Amino acid sequence: MLKKILQNVGEYKKESIITPILVASEVAIDMVIPLVMALMIDRGIETGDTQAILRYGVVLFILAIIALVLGGLSGRFAAIASAGFAKNLRDKLFIRIQSFSFSNIDQFSTSSLITRLTTDVTNVQNAYQVSIRLLVRSPLNFVFSLIMAFSINKELSLIYLAVVPFLVIGLGVVIYFAHPIFVKVFRIYDRLNNVVQENLQGIRVVKSYVREKHEESKFKKVSEDIYKSFSRAQSIVAFNGPILQSAIYACMLLISWLGAKLVVSSSLTTGELVSMFTYTMQILMSLNMLSMVFVMMIIARTSAERISQVLDEESDLKNNDAPLYDVPDGSVVFSDVCFSYAGDENKLALKHANMSIESGEVIGIIGGTGSSKTSLVQLIPRLYDVTMGSVKVGGHDVRDYDLKTLRDQVGMVLQKNTLFRGTIKDNLRWGNEEATDEDLIRVCKVSQADDFIQEFPDKCDAMVAQGGNNLSGGQKQRLCIARALLKKPKILILDDSTSAVDTKTDRLIRAGMQKEIPGTTTFIIAQRVTSVEDADRIIVMDKGLINAIGTHEELLSENTIYQEVFDSQRKGFGEENV
Amino acid sequence: MSKENKNNKTLSTRRPLKTLQRLLAYVFKDYKLYLVIVLVLILLSTYANVRGSLFLQVVIDDHIAPMIGQSNPNFSNLLKAVMTMGLIYAVGIIAGLLYNLIMVKISEGTQKKIRDEMFTHLDSLPIAYFDSHSDGNIMSYFTNDTDTLRQMISQSIPNLIAAAVSFVSVFAAMFTISVPLTLIVILSVSLMIFTLRYISGKSGKFFSKQQQDLGNVNGYIEEMMHGQKVVKIFNHEPQVIEEFTSLNEALRESATQANKYANSLMPIMMNLLNVQYVLLAVIGGLFSVYGVSGLTIGMVAAFLQLSRSLNMPINQISQQINFVIMALAGANRIFCLLDEEPETNHGYVTLVNVTKEEGQLVESEKRTGTWAWKHPHEDGSVSYTELTGDVRFKNVSFGYDDNHRVLHDINLYAEPGQKVAFVGATGAGKTTITNLINRFYDIQEGKIRYDDINVKKIKKESLRRSLGVVLQDTHLFTGTIRENIRYGNLSASDEDVIYAARLANAEDFIHNLPEKYDTVITGDGEGLSQGQRQLLAIARAAIADPPVMILDEATSSIDTRTEKLVQAGMDRLMHGRTVFVIAHRLSTIQNSDVIMVMDHGRIIERGTHDDLLAEKGTYYQLYTGKIELS
Repeated sequence: MLKKILQNVGEYKKESIITPILVASEVAIDMVIPLVMALMIDRGIETGDTQAILRYGVVLFILAIIALVLGGLSGRFAAIASAGFAKNLRDKLFIRIQSFSFSNIDQFSTSSLITRLTTDVTNVQNAYQVSIRLLVRSPLNFVFSLIMAFSINKELSLIYLAVVPFLVIGLGVVIYFAHPIFVKVFRIYDRLNNVVQENLQGIRVVKSYVREKHEESKFKKVSEDIYKSFSRAQSIVAFNGPILQSAIYACMLLISWLGAKLVVSSSLTTGELVSMFTYTMQILMSLNMLSMVFVMMIIARTSAERISQVLDEESDLKNNDAPLYDVPDGSVVFSDVCFSYAGDENKLALKHANMSIESGEVIGIIGGTGSSKTSLVQLIPRLYDVTMGSVKVGGHDVRDYDLKTLRDQVGMVLQKNTLFRGTIKDNLRWGNEEATDEDLIRVCKVSQADDFIQEFPDKCDAMVAQGGNNLSGGQKQRLCIARALLKKPKILILDDSTSAVDTKTDRLIRAGMQKEIPGTTTFIIAQRVTSVEDADRIIVMDKGLINAIGTHEELLSENTIYQEVFDSQRKGFGEENV
Repeated sequence: MSKENKNNKTLSTRRPLKTLQRLLAYVFKDYKLYLVIVLVLILLSTYANVRGSLFLQVVIDDHIAPMIGQSNPNFSNLLKAVMTMGLIYAVGIIAGLLYNLIMVKISEGTQKKIRDEMFTHLDSLPIAYFDSHSDGNIMSYFTNDTDTLRQMISQSIPNLIAAAVSFVSVFAAMFTISVPLTLIVILSVSLMIFTLRYISGKSGKFFSKQQQDLGNVNGYIEEMMHGQKVVKIFNHEPQVIEEFTSLNEALRESATQANKYANSLMPIMMNLLNVQYVLLAVIGGLFSVYGVSGLTIGMVAAFLQLSRSLNMPINQISQQINFVIMALAGANRIFCLLDEEPETNHGYVTLVNVTKEEGQLVESEKRTGTWAWKHPHEDGSVSYTELTGDVRFKNVSFGYDDNHRVLHDINLYAEPGQKVAFVGATGAGKTTITNLINRFYDIQEGKIRYDDINVKKIKKESLRRSLGVVLQDTHLFTGTIRENIRYGNLSASDEDVIYAARLANAEDFIHNLPEKYDTVITGDGEGLSQGQRQLLAIARAAIADPPVMILDEATSSIDTRTEKLVQAGMDRLMHGRTVFVIAHRLSTIQNSDVIMVMDHGRIIERGTHDDLLAEKGTYYQLYTGKIELS
């Protein structure tokens, strides 16, 4: 796992290698400095030799400046390396997520993916930055001090070795208990994100129903959970320091006691004892720093696991080995297609659907709420894969196409239309990056969006708020249709995309489309019979089944469901009396 | 976007010290007693530390030195000293552990408090705030920004206190040895503080930027995940990735800059200390050689040794100061949110349930099906006005921003029990009118009166509770179907839920769900069709059983057969109550008592279906399909 994540250091490898080298050099100077200081005191100050004082002073000054530069540079490179590493990780994650199918995304949930991309990456970034600096500095300090201690007195230094097992066990226990709690904590973070996100998206509902208190109590439950879990995890981690301190203090006391005996029995000098003490202090300092890294590591490990879960997730929607890069025509054939969102054959949303649509046909789809109209058409651009059976476009199974090729040729206007923050122009150009301003105006005229756009002071450059919140439902729908028209696809699916548009406009849009994209196979899902009656054929959906396929006249004379819908809309409905 | 940029500006112009003060106030307010205890514990732990570093001197001077050369040395005194030291160490360790544990509580507690407070405050903000700020960026306040506080409160505060204590004690010791040398130290420490301030100022600026960039990245991810289907249908992954990469690059840049300065702090400080040492040695050495101010060689050596004791606290300070700066960057954003002006809500008239007893309105705790407005008067008395659902607009003009009016001089009256419909092209201002009734936005000109009360005088909660609203865009919440319907009335029984579902004609599909009413819906009801979601939203409104209802394209995704059934149910429920309906299908509004035809923010025709047909105006032309709504 670690290896896989560290691969993303990528182009920042250079900085990641230079940093520890700089740190090592800095540590080397740091170790020389006290020795020079000692010399300055012994040879300069103690003897009153001003020449020596100045000489050593200059050496020390130069060393300090070099150490300063090295330290500054290592910090700089560490920052570059870790921020770069984090950027690569985020990019990689985001790219990965873009390749996910909806079932992949559902598995993680949107809010969890957001936490993974930000909070988790930040944790790894911090740990990495600390690692490449302190993981060199502290062990070097530690080893150096240990060597010095051993060179002074072997027997006395054995004390250090005695406390090592104690330390390892102690810290092991800390990890053992803290890690599972951190795993839990991040899951609660996902929930926190989810509650906030839903609250934001549904803020109008919250306020309309005066449910601020209710939302608050939901939120407080989650934040209470975070509080509890984090408190527990951090409390366990808080034992880190005391465990280390105990070990080091024990060493100090033992050295004082045994060292004193050795000094008295003349096998150790007082000066050596003082040095032993100094090195013990240095060992303490370096271990202390290590323990800080250690805490970050425990948290980062959890985050790294969550990141690699995303990186390891294989997208359900995979290209064939030899994908097709050309969609010959806009014909669509469904052969015994069954589909379930859960991939469960017992919970089929769509059952044994069969149909054969020729290229260029206009197909209306009508059916009750929840009759799987949307499920049917979503299989064409492979938003989901069939559970059983096959969907063919242009004579080939949709799974045989390169996904991008397929989707380039299948345009779809979703029922739940989404616009993005940016100008109207930006949004429209999703359909075709190269579209000229004339193209934009033309399709907007077709989708009957031009009129209201012209009323905006900034016209096509007017800003669209998040989710298109500053536009009315009908305005959004018309922009979404214009956006899809720009694609000039071989197949165009309109999923109830004129529900907020009046009949007349609806008709104008359909008429305009005939001229704009003739020869395009068009599927029109609608509630109104008027929206589909002049289609070449109409599919009647009922409870996940294709109930009938035929022309308006055929269905009107044969199909009871269609008759009912028609009658209910005709009776006393002026708008249909044209 | 432009609004967020403005926020950026207010961020950087805020005073860091002010933010620090405010943040500390949060920490100190609730945990005063704890903090006193922590202070004592820190002193104990620092004391143990200092004693420990002096211990060797004691061992050598008091125990080893006298024993050297003795043929039969007695170690019992030394043993006693070691034991005592052991005890002090033990106390120090325990004190350290305790204060760390307490700080964990304080730190997590403060974060919880800040999160809760932010959320409460967030939901009190006006709708305009939500329209102009990206969801993902707001979410970042609760995670990334609050997280920055953790290290600062739990680690930096105690460490900085400990460092300050050591600092002061070292200084005191220095003064006793040599005043001139101490002055040099003060001078160089001032230089260090100056450097510290310079560098932390730099990194602080970039940390603020980093948090902002992180929020932007969060916002972009959230928006794109939300529109994932559109991204896929348009094969827009490469462009989305490109856009993400550029936001991500901005984050990398600010993170690099911030950490660059932060990381260089420690080596700079430590080596300035080394330079200071050299300075002291040279000057002290020269002083002692030339006998200036009575400094001896021994004193210089001792002073130099002492100056090395500054290493530990300075080391600590330079390490912790980065966490403090990062926390300030996060806190800055948090306080920006907390300082946003909440919705104006100066109303005092409240909504209560009443019963009619001998012509008098008597307030009731229970749901009675009759409501009244309760007016408190200055003299302490209250009066009640029955809620009848009489809504009037008088010369109302409104624009979402100051220079672009969307409603002009609207006059309308909905009489009690009427079904009032709005017809008009998209963007004619129909939804805007409903936004004004429930005061999502406040009008700039004119008056809106509700049962002859100015809506501004009605408490917002009461006003909104009196209005059941089904909006154009359906939003559901993670939870069971039952919970989602109950959202309209939290005290509703299971029977009420079933009744409401039946009324909204949602029962059929609910029964086909695997767990029926206990089916959990996630991700805004992804598994349900758009029409099914609308049925749930209608059930949610129905269960609230409100005195006045607003239906804004509530049935647009529902097939016409079901729609008719839903409508019949709603008509039954709302019989005798005021209902506002917005719909594009003229069929849905035909039986309304009044139909308002809107065009470009003006009401151009009003009357019943028959009146309007007879008038042969716009409505007639719409109805007969002679003109289009556009």
